Amino acid sequence: MNLHGVKAIYLFEMARTWRTLLQSVLAPVISTSLYFFVFGAAIGSRITEVDGVSYGAFIVPGLIMLSLLMQSVMNASFGIYFPRFIGTIYEILSAPVSYFEIVLGYVGAAATKSALLGLIILATASLIVPIEIAHPIWMMFFLVLTAVTFSLLGFILGIWADSFERLQIVPMLIITPLTFLGGSFYSIDMLPPVWQTVTLFNPIVYLISGFRWSFYENADVSLGISVTMTLAFLVLCLMIVRGIFRTGYRLRP
Amino acid sequence: MESTDIVVSIESVSKTYDTGFKALRDVTLGIRRGEILALLGPNGAGKTTLISIVCGLVNATEGKVTVNGHDIVDDYRAARSLIGLVPQELTTDSFESVMGTVKFSRGLFGKGPDPAHIERVLRDVWLWDRKDDEIRTLSGGMKRRLLIAKALSHEPQILFLDEPTAGVDVELRKDMWGTVRKLRDSGVTTILTTHYIDEAEELADRIGVINNGELILVEEKTRLMRMLGRKQLTIELHDPLAELPERLGGFGLELANGGSELVFTYDTQADRTGITALLDELNDANIGFKDLHTTQSSLEEIFVNLVKRPT
Repeated sequence: MNLHGVKAIYLFEMARTWRTLLQSVLAPVISTSLYFFVFGAAIGSRITEVDGVSYGAFIVPGLIMLSLLMQSVMNASFGIYFPRFIGTIYEILSAPVSYFEIVLGYVGAAATKSALLGLIILATASLIVPIEIAHPIWMMFFLVLTAVTFSLLGFILGIWADSFERLQIVPMLIITPLTFLGGSFYSIDMLPPVWQTVTLFNPIVYLISGFRWSFYENADVSLGISVTMTLAFLVLCLMIVRGIFRTGYRLRP
Repeated sequence: MESTDIVVSIESVSKTYDTGFKALRDVTLGIRRGEILALLGPNGAGKTTLISIVCGLVNATEGKVTVNGHDIVDDYRAARSLIGLVPQELTTDSFESVMGTVKFSRGLFGKGPDPAHIERVLRDVWLWDRKDDEIRTLSGGMKRRLLIAKALSHEPQILFLDEPTAGVDVELRKDMWGTVRKLRDSGVTTILTTHYIDEAEELADRIGVINNGELILVEEKTRLMRMLGRKQLTIELHDPLAELPERLGGFGLELANGGSELVFTYDTQADRTGITALLDELNDANIGFKDLHTTQSSLEEIFVNLVKRPT
């Protein structure tokens, strides 16, 4: 295994984060903190508890997940799309690195960045609303698994996209609506029965439900289903990435 | 070192893109260890596609390529670790530092840190003083040299230079040529594509000509020029001629410079060049001349003639 190669890609991608600290870290932390402040501390104080948890605390896992999903997808997609766009991808493709090592470098860095961001947002939220974490290990499990899975999705997007517009389409038009409708701000029990069924087709419901369970032991769906669905999505993304590299799709004509 | 020691073997390689465009047709080529091979060809001839296949950027439709005996597909790690590539386009990360990007390249090719080697490479391309600067602050020529430094960072045995001096000034071109010669002297096999015929003439040990995806020929540069080169004898006359005398018609002469020069083209490889007969004939016809000189066709003329031939 070319560990030096993996390390080179990983450190290069991480270095990009430090060079763009305001955009990469501060901007998502501030925007998510505004959600906490408005929906948690201000409006939340007038909303009754949800499943025995104050509304401000209830939305924390969903908002962390929102940020985690968006940042994972955007970091990973930009990470691989930009070298394609400016042409520096030639160096990666001509290097003695396997497909797995390329993915490990890019997706590893994107997942690290978004997981760190998730933890920073969690720490920031704890300053604004009272938070308890009932199962910290499960919380980290969902945090890391989601970061890796959606970084893989971002990697796929970064290879599929042939313009910056396409690069933005999936996060803005698919991830954001699905996250908002996936129970970030409410429990799906609060929806009419028909919409509860429809919501179950949204994969993000399972992520948010499992993540929220690790905090408050309240879940819309069982923990087992949440873990299974998340792992299934991870496997699907891995298979797509494998197919991309086997065929050279958009990389090796 | 044996002159026939093949380090890159390209066997019957063809490439057809999804659009149906045939970029390469059944190309077979052996690149000798330690040589400088120049690939000449007009735009779109297939030079870059051929390099891209060997370096792993493009998949061949048919054929087989080995690098030092390693198949570029089945044993890609061993094959690629021997190769350095300097692409045609100035593709760099604007905000990365010079030192950072060269270290990145070395790591990417599986080599551990070696500050002494990196320093040597950056000094060789005159970028050591700019090692901490962001790439965006470099000039075009400096970026070109940086790409060479990146390609050399992992100590490759084979270097592909795709149009290495495109867009650089004359002085820098000559400096680059010096760098390439130095690499050859250190045992690095160099393959360069170029539009500058004088570059190939100056640097190459062998010349390959590609046109319409086909490798038309590969030959020692000196032999190629000897084989295909025409020589011309220019005779400066005392008195200009209005037209060629009939008795000189069999020599294929041309009148030039307002009739004050006779130009005789001959084959250097022929047993008899016809020069003696021509001079005798001029003497018999009382056509006096004051000077004569010969010129040999350049590689550029040879190249133009080759690619003009129907394929």
